[in-house]
Amino acid sequence: MQKIIYFLIRNKNFILFLALLTVSLAVNFNFNEYNRSKIMNSSNFIISSLYEAKFSVTKYLNLEYQNKLLIDENLKLKEIIYNSKNPIEISKKIEEMDFDFIASTVIKNSYTKTKNYITIDKGLIDSITIDNGVISSNGVVGIIDKSTSNYSRVISILNENFMLNAKLKNSNSFGVLSWNGRNINKVQLKDLPKQVDIKIGDTIVTGGNSFIFPKDVLIGYVDSYKLDNSENYLEVEIILSTDMTNIENLYIIRNNNIFELNSLDE
Amino acid sequence: MNNFFLHTFFGLIFLIFQGLFLNNVNLFEWLNPFLYIYFIVYYPLKNNRIIFIFISFLYGLIQDFFSDTHAIHSAACLIIAYFRPVFLKLYFGMAYEHQVVKFNSVELNQNIFYLFTLTFVHHLIIFCLEVFDFGKILLILKNTFFNSLFTFFIVYIFYEFLINKNKFS
Repeated sequence: MQKIIYFLIRNKNFILFLALLTVSLAVNFNFNEYNRSKIMNSSNFIISSLYEAKFSVTKYLNLEYQNKLLIDENLKLKEIIYNSKNPIEISKKIEEMDFDFIASTVIKNSYTKTKNYITIDKGLIDSITIDNGVISSNGVVGIIDKSTSNYSRVISILNENFMLNAKLKNSNSFGVLSWNGRNINKVQLKDLPKQVDIKIGDTIVTGGNSFIFPKDVLIGYVDSYKLDNSENYLEVEIILSTDMTNIENLYIIRNNNIFELNSLDE
Repeated sequence: MNNFFLHTFFGLIFLIFQGLFLNNVNLFEWLNPFLYIYFIVYYPLKNNRIIFIFISFLYGLIQDFFSDTHAIHSAACLIIAYFRPVFLKLYFGMAYEHQVVKFNSVELNQNIFYLFTLTFVHHLIIFCLEVFDFGKILLILKNTFFNSLFTFFIVYIFYEFLINKNKFS
């Protein structure tokens, strides 16, 4: 017994090292899976407050570019409204919409890692919940991964665990969109049937098979494509339409019928 | 003791600085220096080892909170903190074992090798755990090497100003 105690005391450094290493590796391997992280993220109160304090200063540096993005988007929307044949129809539909949009601001963005997350300044108080979609004025950005009362964390499209069904704009064949972690401007669309008629420069949009995003939200444009190893499906490289290195104003999409739709699946 | 508090103070400053600013340097869109390891690399040599190991772990953990990496930084910090004496022995030899070596009086080439090795090991662990795919070994090595160089230069500049300042006066 005494020998055991002496042994423990003599090797206390090593034992502490081993214990802490086990803890950190366990945390790492368990939380690698999508949607499992509970405590360790930047949407907790202290870190978010720090990020927000920093953002309250740095946001002024980027105003010009962000204003231009928003004006471009407004122009596009105005064109749609005033060119439509019966403008009353659009305003009528607002009351019975399937999707709500909530505006929010990025307080922390990352894109250099292989698992990138974005922190935004809206949370449970603004009725944002897990699995709401997030888009910028130019296209898909990510999906809400975790919310605290005032902040939320978004799993970015530049995250190896991110998956989304997507399709070519003018066809109904679906593929799975994911990111291989290499180039921050390009994502990959896999499992697209090889019969599909595809050209370089074609538009890729969300498929609408999940309840997260509405149908036909822009994702990007086809850069190149090739047959995958099984030779039955296409593997498409897509250039993202959103510049992920410079995002600030985001829209969160909430599906109003989500409970009803989910109850069908059960 | 004064030295120790000053070091802890700079350690905390670096930690917050790293979390808020250096993680967003993104030079060429993928290079980021990890300045915060300065605290562990140049932690005073006369220390209580078990406390040092534990502090390093906590230190990395706070960095994890900042960067949304799940205990990657804490694992890397823990490992370099635990194996630091091995590298100290390797590069400073007898002087370290007789406890006469001090960071403000070490030779330039020894210091460079020591700093670069620890940086490299730290970055290697970070990128291995983060990418966690041996099919992407080239990506890991590329990231590790160039990020280590970047970190190395930044940390070395701070070393010259904070520890080795008597050279200037």
